[in-house]
Amino acid sequence: MSTPLLKVEDLRVTFNIRPRGAWPWTPSLPLHAVGGVSFELEKGETLGIVGESGSGKSTVARAIINTVPAAGGRVLWKGDDLLQMEPQKRRAHRQAAQMVFQDPLAALNPRMKVGEIIAEPLTTHAPGTPKAEVKRRVGELMERVGLLPNQINRYPHEFSGGQCQRIGIARALILNPELVICDEPVSALDVSVQAQVINLLSELQRDLGLSLIFIAHDLSVVKHISDRILVMYLGRVMETADADTLIERPVHPYTRSLVQAVPIPDPVVELARAHPVLEGDLPSPLNPPSGCVFRTRCPVAQAGCAGDKPGPQEIAPGHVSYCPITAGERETTGA
Amino acid sequence: MALLEIKDLAVRFETNDGIVSAVNGVSFNVREGDTLAIVGESGSGKSQTAFAAIGLLARNGHATGSVKWDGQEILNLPDAKLNRIRADEIAMIFQDPMTSLNPFLKVSDQMEEVLTLHRGMSRRAARAECVRMLDAVRIPDAAARITMYPHEFSGGMRQRIMIAMSLLCRPRLLIADEPTTALDVTVQAQIMDLLRDIQNEFNTAMILITHDLGIVAGSCARTMVMYGGRIMERGTTAEIFANPTHPYTLGLLEAVPRLDRKEDTLPTIPGEPPDMLKAFKACPFEPRCPKADERCKAEVPALERISETRVRACHRSPEEVA
Repeated sequence: MSTPLLKVEDLRVTFNIRPRGAWPWTPSLPLHAVGGVSFELEKGETLGIVGESGSGKSTVARAIINTVPAAGGRVLWKGDDLLQMEPQKRRAHRQAAQMVFQDPLAALNPRMKVGEIIAEPLTTHAPGTPKAEVKRRVGELMERVGLLPNQINRYPHEFSGGQCQRIGIARALILNPELVICDEPVSALDVSVQAQVINLLSELQRDLGLSLIFIAHDLSVVKHISDRILVMYLGRVMETADADTLIERPVHPYTRSLVQAVPIPDPVVELARAHPVLEGDLPSPLNPPSGCVFRTRCPVAQAGCAGDKPGPQEIAPGHVSYCPITAGERETTGA
Repeated sequence: MALLEIKDLAVRFETNDGIVSAVNGVSFNVREGDTLAIVGESGSGKSQTAFAAIGLLARNGHATGSVKWDGQEILNLPDAKLNRIRADEIAMIFQDPMTSLNPFLKVSDQMEEVLTLHRGMSRRAARAECVRMLDAVRIPDAAARITMYPHEFSGGMRQRIMIAMSLLCRPRLLIADEPTTALDVTVQAQIMDLLRDIQNEFNTAMILITHDLGIVAGSCARTMVMYGGRIMERGTTAEIFANPTHPYTLGLLEAVPRLDRKEDTLPTIPGEPPDMLKAFKACPFEPRCPKADERCKAEVPALERISETRVRACHRSPEEVA
């Protein structure tokens, strides 16, 4: 197989945190937001990353576009290591990998007109572009994402949340990127508008041959849009498989709990489902459990789980779980 | 007899941009032990309906109509009188558990106050009761943790504390306004599980206000769908989900991706939620409705009863919608 568009190998991101109320001379503590994440992304593929708050899913995204420095591991963009790239190549990578953010209104500068916001990446990366050409591109994209081109001179506050998210998507597309990273793009939107934006994203992905990394906490949404899903917990990968397999035949105990915890909007199905509730809360990422990070809440944890970090267990081609205990079983516990 | 009886409730806000009619002519009853879900998107008036009923509207808000608690009119009562009912008989849980707890006070102080004030208990007795309640909402090691401050608990724990606090006076009605929206899925499952248990144990009636159809399906006997400040449809949860008779309910149910289904493109509701600054002379859903005709643009559809349990507000017949 050719080189994948993006290859992430054992990515680690560490933040230094000053504990609350600490003395000025106490050293800050390392917080391992991402502790060894690996995956590959092919051209035209959609990878979903799910996890609860604090799982490190957004940090992975930010490390891929190089806005937070990686503390270890490698991010390979078309085979080139992002951290050792020469400035010129890095610039090309910045154009080719764009991002769509969660809070649509906060991601747009309130003092800029919509046309300027959408054009900004183009005027930054290709300053010589003639004005008429910029305007034509902006108008074209506004139409593509479902905005009226005559709204070009309005300000963000004049738009609703769903429309603002469309503006954010148009801005991400103006440089013809190869990869678009969407960080919780629909979680701030109303249900009826959420479906519109999800459809727009899958449509764009299909038509433009984009690779998409779709980060969200809502498993139903991620499953709908993704080819493959990566489940994260406390900075580590728990399980990865193609979307249907992950939902129908999850192997890792965390994935199983997650699938069972997602309510299904149908009283007949919902009332008949088993709801084993996962006890406890997310441990502090400053002081994660030894061994498997999920063991403190895991329903099948054994004494051995506190020992070494569990390694990848291949369940089937393309289906990897990081739990040695459940790797042998293949029962169906999905929805 | 109904515990809570709301008739023709309307809520208006005077804002700098004009008058916002947040709720228009909403009527419903809640009986002892009943569970009612109010479902709607932002701006549908679902929260303001509850706020108006128990006198928690913002200062620029004005409510008209009738709200009866146990047969007694309580709408627009002065706070002094409302406080009797509010703490003793109706309790409310809010969306964000951090902003509804006082960050300067220990959890024990905040909880004990409820009992010393409303039940005239001694502090010692109040403390014992609070610890028992925290145990009931499954906070481990409650006796020791009760003296901690709110910020020392996680989001899910804080929501449990809020629930424990709201149950201290054994209310007959619990209003939960988006109780799990700020929480992670696995924690949401814990909280919904807890609310179901409490419901069974204390036989508390519950109004659950939410935008999430999934949690409604598993926890409420009846469902009311609101849009643009009006009731679109109401019925038993089983009926509403299996056989929606309003185009909005139908659209909403189809627009949600489901874990147990594979769909290529999601059917969507076109357009955006309504601008509440504009007064509606017609059906608020008309601009987005696939079934709308001239009549829908001209007059507001009245709420009509189509069966013992079911009401709907739509000019089209249920057969035309389905």
